[in-house]
Amino acid sequence: MSATGIGASVRRKEDHRFITGAGRYTDDINRPDQAHAYFLRSPHAHATINRIDATKAMAMPGVLAVLTGADLEADKIGGLICGWMIHSKDGSPMKAGPHPALAQGKVRYVGDHVAVIVADTYAQARDAAEAVVVDYTVLPAVVDTATATKSKTVIHDVAPDNTVYNWHLGNKDETEAAFKAAAHVVKLDLVNNRLAPNPMEPRAALGVYDKGEDHYTLYTTSQNPHVARLVLSAFIGIAPENKLRVIAPDVGGGFGSKIFIYAEETVCVWAAKKVGRPVKWNSDRTEAFLSDAHGRDHVTHAELALDANGKMLGLRAHTIANLGAYLSTFSSSVPTYLYAPLLSGQYNIPAIYAEVDAVYTTTAPVDAYRGAGRPEATFVVERLVEKAARQIGMDPARFRQINYITKFPHQTPVIMCYDAGNYNASMKKALEIADYKGFPKRRREAERRGKLRGIGFSSYIEACGIAPSAAVGSLGAGVGLWESAEVRVNPVGTVEILTGSHSHGQGHETTFAQLVSDRLGVPLEAVSIVHGDTDKVQMGMGTYGSRSGAVGMSAISKALDKVIAKGKKVAAYVLEASEKDIDFKDGKFSVKGTDKTLDFGSCALQAYIAHKFNGQDLEPGLKEGAFYDPTNFTFPAGVHIAEVEIDPDTGVTTVVNWTAVDDFGVIINPMIVEGQVHGGIAQGIGQALLEGVIYNKDGQLVTASYMDYTMPRADDLPSFKVGMTTTACPSNPLGIKGCGEAGAIAAPPALINAITDAVGHEDVAMPATPKVVWRAAQKAVSKMAAE
Amino acid sequence: MYAFTYHRPDTVRQAAGLLARKDDAKIIAGGHTLLPTMKQRLASPGALVDLGGVPELKGIERKGRGLIIGAMMTHAEVAESAAVQEAIPGLAALAANIGDPHVRHRGTIGGSIANNDPAADYPAACIAMGAIIVTNKRKIPAEDFFQGMFGTALEEGEIVTKVAFGIPSRSAYAKFRNPASRYALVGVYVAKRGGEVRVAVTGAGASGVFRWTAAEEALKKRFAPKSLEGVKADPSGLNSDIHADAEYRAHLINVMARRAVEAALGK
Repeated sequence: MSATGIGASVRRKEDHRFITGAGRYTDDINRPDQAHAYFLRSPHAHATINRIDATKAMAMPGVLAVLTGADLEADKIGGLICGWMIHSKDGSPMKAGPHPALAQGKVRYVGDHVAVIVADTYAQARDAAEAVVVDYTVLPAVVDTATATKSKTVIHDVAPDNTVYNWHLGNKDETEAAFKAAAHVVKLDLVNNRLAPNPMEPRAALGVYDKGEDHYTLYTTSQNPHVARLVLSAFIGIAPENKLRVIAPDVGGGFGSKIFIYAEETVCVWAAKKVGRPVKWNSDRTEAFLSDAHGRDHVTHAELALDANGKMLGLRAHTIANLGAYLSTFSSSVPTYLYAPLLSGQYNIPAIYAEVDAVYTTTAPVDAYRGAGRPEATFVVERLVEKAARQIGMDPARFRQINYITKFPHQTPVIMCYDAGNYNASMKKALEIADYKGFPKRRREAERRGKLRGIGFSSYIEACGIAPSAAVGSLGAGVGLWESAEVRVNPVGTVEILTGSHSHGQGHETTFAQLVSDRLGVPLEAVSIVHGDTDKVQMGMGTYGSRSGAVGMSAISKALDKVIAKGKKVAAYVLEASEKDIDFKDGKFSVKGTDKTLDFGSCALQAYIAHKFNGQDLEPGLKEGAFYDPTNFTFPAGVHIAEVEIDPDTGVTTVVNWTAVDDFGVIINPMIVEGQVHGGIAQGIGQALLEGVIYNKDGQLVTASYMDYTMPRADDLPSFKVGMTTTACPSNPLGIKGCGEAGAIAAPPALINAITDAVGHEDVAMPATPKVVWRAAQKAVSKMAAE
Repeated sequence: MYAFTYHRPDTVRQAAGLLARKDDAKIIAGGHTLLPTMKQRLASPGALVDLGGVPELKGIERKGRGLIIGAMMTHAEVAESAAVQEAIPGLAALAANIGDPHVRHRGTIGGSIANNDPAADYPAACIAMGAIIVTNKRKIPAEDFFQGMFGTALEEGEIVTKVAFGIPSRSAYAKFRNPASRYALVGVYVAKRGGEVRVAVTGAGASGVFRWTAAEEALKKRFAPKSLEGVKADPSGLNSDIHADAEYRAHLINVMARRAVEAALGK
């Protein structure tokens, strides 16, 4: 291993600019003469719009335009789309209601976009917004996930019972038979709480229209600028692709929320032409709470069937998934194909059947958020498994071990074919790091201090590296999920990598460069990573679902193979040898059995000056591209163990120990991977202990600021003990599995399992705030007193 | 934020004059409540009168059995003051735990009590120690000063200049923080002075800070945490919100009171 190659904990190249304030985010980009947009948002959860009167607003200082849904319609601008078609059990397509970028006739959640005011300054736009008179007829709100279909209030005409789809997966009959044969049946009702994504940088957009070229440019906070351009061009109809450039510069976190194509950026780029000036919008934090797509929000009943020895026979789950008021870009896939195929967990479960009813409510759209479907699945499986172990009186680690899948490849009953893993290796290592044997002693010691101590496991699996294009296409995806790369070797041997992946905090500028340095033997400084600009980079699919390593880097690897192959041809001419005798190692081409060498930089120069070969025999230049389509999902897996102490007086839960042992396959940069694990666990602990989006019964967002929405802070978290095990992923050339979401997937059940262990019963909902845990602990304390 | 005019007087007299002359003028001290409210366009004063440049509002002075703190002293200054730490360590500790370092270096004692946020910390200390709120016009006992949520005895143009605390023999504050905002979900200040014990509760009451007399009676008999066992705060009249319902708050009042007594006893 070289100091900068694969496996080295190289410091992040990009951090210097971030920590010195030299990053360039969308809001840092300003155009002369730019105007500012302010979105007038619905104050009502559900209402018909009778009339919008902007006469007074239009006359206010600096106001350039007040645009509404009627203007979009007049310009034939289409609505926002959902790119994954899900079919119900009966074969009918999902019921997708219209989703205009600015409301047309109706608003469906608090924060829905009613009009945009464009003015010289933001303050003028905001002042004018207050002068826009909107005549609403307020309709009842539909807020509750579990009962949305029973409401008499219809949110979309196409879905009279507020149902988007009734979907299922697995084998119902086999599963029912498994439950009939079971010695034990374990049942659990679970709520997966709704979360607000909260990237550090809120969403922003700057739309620019060039009249001379009839060309648009959109700077925006996107995880996938090419997908944004595709949707804005082909579906929304802003402009043809060759007339629309989308640039996602530095982006300060996304967690999924910046995958989607939202109303605001659509409107900014469209309005730029309408007002003849660049149009800037920057979300404030409350707008982010109101209008960024939320995550999770499932209500589930799940059951597990066991034989007399504790072997799993079957699992069934019924989930109601709240998709909010409109179908966001990939929302339909999250509670279906990103969820139910993971219900086998790490376990050999012969029969699985899952039913998912997706519902509309008058709340913000819900879509992918770090983990997307897999945290929900893992919460179901790992809570159920922990309860099962308790119910049959078996040690929870042992119970998991006797049910682990041990032979690979393993075909689950729910689509997935796990390619590699060693779950017991992770469990063993985790038990050791966590000093599981010492837990009873620690518990007794805590009891003496009046504290309730508990330990909880999460033996999670996820599916990353999404995904084989044909496979996802057969499941309803509107796009392929390959990735692209171009390797441009410059004449003196420096390298530019153009990647369709997009870094919004992940450190691609470092890890991708490490791969190149490793393969080409060039120094890290000689490698630049170019991403996030549709004019510079070939079509690509972007970053989400922990796919940049497994898919994005595999594309780079494939292009590097081509560069090396071409380099060998050049070297053969220069070194006057046969191409088949050329080796390439450590940055040098050499002729087998001789001391003749050509370093990579010289080879690049020779490729460009093209003096040593005939341009008809070999094309000059050294630049190669590749599209990589994965052959399978990847399956990162691991074991997390949470240990908590509860103060029964206040209900405060302190996370005292956290052990994470993960198998991410081959790791490029262990430091960055560990950082991803830390961040993921922090978000998972956030979901389990602190975070929760709350709407009141009228559909008003109660948690619209940090005064009420609790983000995890440093003092809420312990120091994490992180360990790794490795089985290389056989499904991609680099053996990478992906690590971006693991912590957020693993953490919530581990923590709730620890809390329920401490209080001695299963009745603890997320977020397990002091209020919730105090009530739960009261039961434990009164039980202790009675004993 | 809407447009406003900004004034920075040198004296309390000038400040009072500006308040009287300018339409819709508001005093700004640390600005921790006012500025966010203005940014949300929920407040739109026509003029702001900034007390940051008024030297007579600064300073901390010990006078016999009293401690006098200038209204514009920041929480950090109070927390770090040797005079406060020596005279009323419980008050120094309270100030040291308000908000975060940014808040403590901007927020002031005068601003906090004039705003009387129901979840603010200082009102509990004022009530428990029977503080006198000194204004440019008069002296107001704390119990008359705080009048329900965000309500005070302050009249138009009246400016808090000082807070005078009687120095207790023992006192301490215990706070249970709101998990999100980290304001006091329940804060209890316990002060013992001679035979008198006062227990003041902030964060919990639907009409702001209040005295928990049942606890005071119990602690008068014996100033020890044990005395509060079985003494229950009445949940009626307490706040219920997404973070805590009234019953949980009532329970926390007892827990925080016990912890405050423990701290006051130096345990």
